[in-house]
This record gives sequence, C-alpha cells and structure tokens, in this order.
Amino acid sequence: MTLSVRIIACLDVTDGRVVKGINFTDLVDAGDPVEMAALYGNEGVDELTFLDISASSAGRETTLDVVRKTAEQVFIPLTVGGGIRSVEDVNRLLRAGADKVSINTAALRRPELISEVVDRFGSQVLVLSVDARRARTDSGFEVTTHGGRESAGIDAIAWVEKACALGVGEILLNSMDADGTRAGYDIGMISAVRSVSKVPLIASGGAGALSDFAAALDAGADALLAASVFHFGIHRIGDVKSYLSAAGYSIRMPNNS
Amino acid sequence: MIAILDYGSGNLRSAQRAFATTGHDVEITSDLDVALKADGLVVPGVGAFAACMNGINEISAAEVIRARHDAGKPTLGICIGMQILFSDGLEHGKHKGIGMWNGEVSQLDAPILPHMGWNTVEITGTSQLFKGVEKESFYFVHSYAAKKSVGQSQAWTSHEEKFLAAVEDGALCATQFHPEKSGKAGLTLIANWSAGL
Repeated sequence: MTLSVRIIACLDVTDGRVVKGINFTDLVDAGDPVEMAALYGNEGVDELTFLDISASSAGRETTLDVVRKTAEQVFIPLTVGGGIRSVEDVNRLLRAGADKVSINTAALRRPELISEVVDRFGSQVLVLSVDARRARTDSGFEVTTHGGRESAGIDAIAWVEKACALGVGEILLNSMDADGTRAGYDIGMISAVRSVSKVPLIASGGAGALSDFAAALDAGADALLAASVFHFGIHRIGDVKSYLSAAGYSIRMPNNS
Repeated sequence: MIAILDYGSGNLRSAQRAFATTGHDVEITSDLDVALKADGLVVPGVGAFAACMNGINEISAAEVIRARHDAGKPTLGICIGMQILFSDGLEHGKHKGIGMWNGEVSQLDAPILPHMGWNTVEITGTSQLFKGVEKESFYFVHSYAAKKSVGQSQAWTSHEEKFLAAVEDGALCATQFHPEKSGKAGLTLIANWSAGL
C-alpha cells in the first residue's frame, strides 16, 4: 500500500498525427496517436501525455478528436497540453475525455488562469508545465519559452512557489538543458523544485540510461516522463519498471495488462 | 441498463465507455426516474465536496440514492461520488453529505497532496468487487478520504495514513479510486460490480 512511481509516456501530436520519432516495428500506422496510446497502455504505462504542437486552430480541433477516440479505448489517465489559453479551452479538452491538462505559456502571461481553472475544475486537473534551464538567477534556474530558446525572465523556483500558491495540482518540470540529450534528468533542478513544492512532481527531459530514472526519483520526483527513449524502443515501459522494481522502488506491475 | 448520474461533474464519456465494456447499455442521465429504475447507478464526481453536493441537491438526487438503497438496487460511488455518501465532508469548511454512512471525509495527513497515482489495497471481509484483482493497483486522485470503517467489506490503502479505498455494503458500493481509469484491473472491478446487476 505504497503509492507507485508513475512512468509517463509523452506523445507530440500535430494535426492529429504523432510526430518526432516513433520507431516501432509492431505498429500498423506509426503516426496514429490512438494506436500509440493503446500500445503504451498495453505495455503498462501508468499515464499518457499528449502534447499538442499544432500551429492552427484546425489542428487543435483534430486533437480534440484524437483525445475523444483515445479516452474511449484506453482506460488510464490522459493529460493533454499545448496551446491552452483559457478556461474554455480546458473545458473542451476535459469534455473530450482528457483527465488533466497541462498549461505553460498562458500561465506565464496570465497567472490568474491557474486559479480560474482550479476554481472551476479542481486542482487535480491542472498540471503546470515548467520549461526551465540553468541560468544566473536567484535559484540558478530560470523559466524559458519557445521550447527553451528564450528566457521568460522569471526565476524557476519562484515561479513554482507562486503556481503552487495559486493551486496547481502537479508540476511537470522539463529541463531544457537535458531535453533530448539522453544524458540524464537534471538532478539539481529536480531537488530544487522538490524543496518548494508540496504537489506531485513529474521529471522530464534527459532520460537515457535506466539508472537515470532511479536518480530522478532519489532527487524527489514522484513521476517520470519520457518520450524518445520509449518511441525509439531504447527502453520498453516494462524494462524501466522491472529495473526500478528490482532496485526497490514501488512500481505498478500489472498482471493482466 | 447502467445509468451514470450527470449532476454537472464534468466529462463522463470515458466512464460511459468503461462501463459499456461489461456489455450493458450505459446511459448518462440527470433524469431521476431513469436513475431510479436503472439496474445499476454510478455516481461519479470530480471537484470539491461542497460543489458536488450542490450538484446533487440541485437535482434532488440524494432521494434516489436512498430509495435505491432501500430497494436493494446497486449503486456505485466513485471518488467524490464515494465521499458524498458519508455524513460530513471537511473540504473547505464542514459540509453535509448524503449520509448513507456515518463518518467524515477529511484531508489526508501527507506531505505531498493530492495522493495521485496507482496504489494497492488491503481487503477486509469478503469482497465481490475485487475478485481476481486483489493484488492489483488502482488509480487514485484525491486529497480527502474517509478513515473509519463502514459497511460490510472494506478495502484500505495508505498515503502516509490509512484510509478507505473501497466499501461494499449490500447494494451500496463505492471506490475512492477511479476504476474507469485503472486499466484492465479497473475494468475487471467494473465487470465484477456489473455481474451483480
């Protein structure tokens, strides 16, 4: 009766298709997010995240359809992020079948959006996505925008504290320095955020070796998100779970999935 | 037919699909007559205790839940839908629940909240719901819970402190976790519940 560490697979979706390196041989259509979601679900992933990177409103409409179809077939929690600007955007995604939404840029522009969403739907639906990198700020970490290319001019730890006070239910911490390197999660950043956050913390960016997952947990992460190591088949979900279970972490190992 | 009670608590489509895997017709409804006559009634719920009770009171659904209980007709509360079956909720002040069970729902004493993710359960008594999935994990998202035993059979779990993960009390059952989000183990639990309809 110990809460299990969550392993989360993240899929980038644009115009209803998965992009960015899906390299599985056992898929009929490697670009179909619904099929990918079902595959990861069968492999025992604990949660799924869709990141909608569509540039157009038509693309976002298509994402709603993907969310709808996924929620009808895959009975595990689904978080959707990307392009959410308003309470109404959140409402549409939840009604389509998302269990949680993650917001990023819109909350930086207008932090009150956090309390507006929490007041209407409860804090459990709201994940604050923080794209952070090492910088000369008070804490040594700053928030970035535009996929880590630009500074938001805000200290990352101060931002997390503020967002927690406004009621976010969870923090998704993306290391822009580590993202895509497969050189390990940013352990110092995870510890720094953990020390100020009383909500669950998802570590993201840098997962490579199996030991990287354990190191992020030791630094205080409650959940581990990865994309490319799963998409390219470097690790299957079960490999990560078996490794962590053998190392003594509490892991969900479903018997019948 | 299984009715899912719609009292304004958000998206119910995935719950509908999960319960439809049992082969039963599933209808999302706020029609109390439909809810009363259904073979099984599901009371879902996300959000705060008081907001959910407001939704229940607006459509006078508490009477339907009581009437079904008196008639021995199965009802299943999920998450906040479980919490509001108790007499009192302490989320954002003290609020009256439906009162099917005497007891209060209070905040978990844990450094990190919500209790979010997959956890296992420990069953006391004879459980119908957990047949074949006694050792499995289920998906929880909540910060409040009932901590004292009610009903005939209980499932317990803990997040720093022990709380009720599920209650079976004749025709009235409830789970603090989300079976509709608990993968195949959750679908098995839903099938176990629907087998009694």
